[in-house]
Amino acid sequence: MYLNSIFSNPERLERLGDIAQSSFLPLIEAAVQFTLPLSVISFILGLFLAIVTALARISTVRIFQWIARVYVSIIRGTPLLVQLFILFYGLPTIGVTIDPFPAAVIGFSLNVGAYASEVIRAAILSIPKGQWEAADTIGMSYSQTLRRVILPQASRVSVPPLSNTFISLVKDTSLAALILVTEMFRVAQQIAATNYEFLLLYGQAALIYWIICFSLSLVQGRLENRFDRYVSR
Amino acid sequence: MISIKNLHKSFGELEVLKGIDLDVEKGQTIVVIGPSGSGKTTFLRCLNILEKPSAGTVEIGGLVADFSKPMSKKQITAFRKQSAMVFQHYNLFPHMTVLDNIMEGPVTVQKKGKAQAKEKALALLEKVGLSDKADSYPYQLSGGQQQRVGIARALALEPKVMLFDEPTSALDPELVGEVLQVMKDLAQEGMTMVVVTHEMRFAKGAADEVLFMDSGRIVERGTPDAVFNRPQEERTKRFLNLIQDTDTI
Repeated sequence: MYLNSIFSNPERLERLGDIAQSSFLPLIEAAVQFTLPLSVISFILGLFLAIVTALARISTVRIFQWIARVYVSIIRGTPLLVQLFILFYGLPTIGVTIDPFPAAVIGFSLNVGAYASEVIRAAILSIPKGQWEAADTIGMSYSQTLRRVILPQASRVSVPPLSNTFISLVKDTSLAALILVTEMFRVAQQIAATNYEFLLLYGQAALIYWIICFSLSLVQGRLENRFDRYVSR
Repeated sequence: MISIKNLHKSFGELEVLKGIDLDVEKGQTIVVIGPSGSGKTTFLRCLNILEKPSAGTVEIGGLVADFSKPMSKKQITAFRKQSAMVFQHYNLFPHMTVLDNIMEGPVTVQKKGKAQAKEKALALLEKVGLSDKADSYPYQLSGGQQQRVGIARALALEPKVMLFDEPTSALDPELVGEVLQVMKDLAQEGMTMVVVTHEMRFAKGAADEVLFMDSGRIVERGTPDAVFNRPQEERTKRFLNLIQDTDTI
C-alpha cells in the first residue's frame, strides 16, 4: 500500500516533505498571480454582462429578448472546455489570435454572464410588482427604479446563488491550464511532471482551492447577514 | 382641481371603465365605494397612470392628459407629479429606513437638498405620529404604522391631489382608526383627496361627495347623507343593505 510504503520509509517521507515545502510557494504564487485575478476579473465582467442580459430578457423589446435567449442558450448548451478551446485554439484559424490569459477571461466572463443572468432575472422577478408601482408614483425613471429600489432588493436574494456561481468559477479556472494559462493547477502539473509526485502535488492544489472556496463561503455568510438587517426573522 | 371626461379602460376584451365623468373642487374629499370588480380601484389607478386609460381626458391641477393620443414618458412623469398614491399594501421600500422611504422621492427624483428633505420628512413623521420611528425599517412597524409612513411618503412629494387605494383593507381592525384619523386630519386641512374604501364611517364622516360605482360606471353620487340615507338607485340600495347586514352580524 502507498501509505504503508510512505510511513515505513523515512527517507521517502523526508523527500515528500521537501517537495511539499518547495512546491508550496510556486503554487501560492500561481494562485495569487492567475487563479484569483482570473476569478475576480471574470466574475466582475460576467456579473455586469449578467445584469445587462437579465434586463434584456425582461425588457419588452423583442429583439433584446432574443439576443439574450440565444446567448444564454449557446453558453449553457456547450461545455466550458469546448468554449475555451474555440476561443484559444479555434479562432486563430480565422486569424483571431488571443493570448492565454485574455482568452480565459473572455471565456469565463461569457460563461458567468449566462449563468448569473438567470439568477439575476429570477431575483428581479421575485420583487413584488408593488415596488415598481411605488417607484412609479414617486416619479422615478426606469433606471432610478432599478438602481434605488429593485436591484438592492434583488441583490439580497441573489447572494446565495451568486456565491455558488463564484465558487464554481474559482474551481473552473483550473480548466485554463488546458489553454496554457499558468494558473495553479498548471503549475502543479508542471512540478509533478519533474518529480512524479502526482498525488502530493494535486493534493496540495486541491487543498489551496478548498481554502479559497471556504474563505468565500465565509464572505457569503457575512454578506447575507448584512443584507438581512432589513428583513424580519 | 380634477376634471375627468369620458374615461374608458379596457383590459383586452374586458371593458372595466365605461365612461367616467367627474369634477372635483380644490380641497374636496371624494369617497368611491362599490362592490369588488366595479372598477373603482382601476379608476383610481388611472388617475396616476398606473393603468393607462384607453380613452378620455383627465385634468389634474391644470395639466391635461388626453389618453386617445400616445403619451411620452416625460408627459406621463409630469402628469404623475400632480398626484400621489397610497396603496392597500403600503408598498414601502423594505430596504430603506422610514426616514429614507419618505426622503426618497424629494431627494432622488425632485433633487432637493438632503438637509431640507430630512427636515420636511421629520415634520411629516410628526404629523402622522411616528417621530420615534424615523430610523426603523418597515418590517419593525405594525400595519397601521406602515400605512401612516405610506401617507407621509406620498405627502413628501407635495402633490396637489392624494389618491388612496383601499388604505385600510389590509389592516387588523384595531389599527384602522389610526390611519383614518390621519386621513381625516388631511381632509380638514384642505387636501384634495380621492379615496377608494370600504370604510363607510370614514365616508360618512369625512367625504364631501360619495360616488357609488358598479360595472365600470358611476351609478350614484351625492353627499354622504344623500347616498347613504336616501339612495335613489336599486343597485345602491342593494349594496348598502349587504354591507349593513354584515355590520350587524
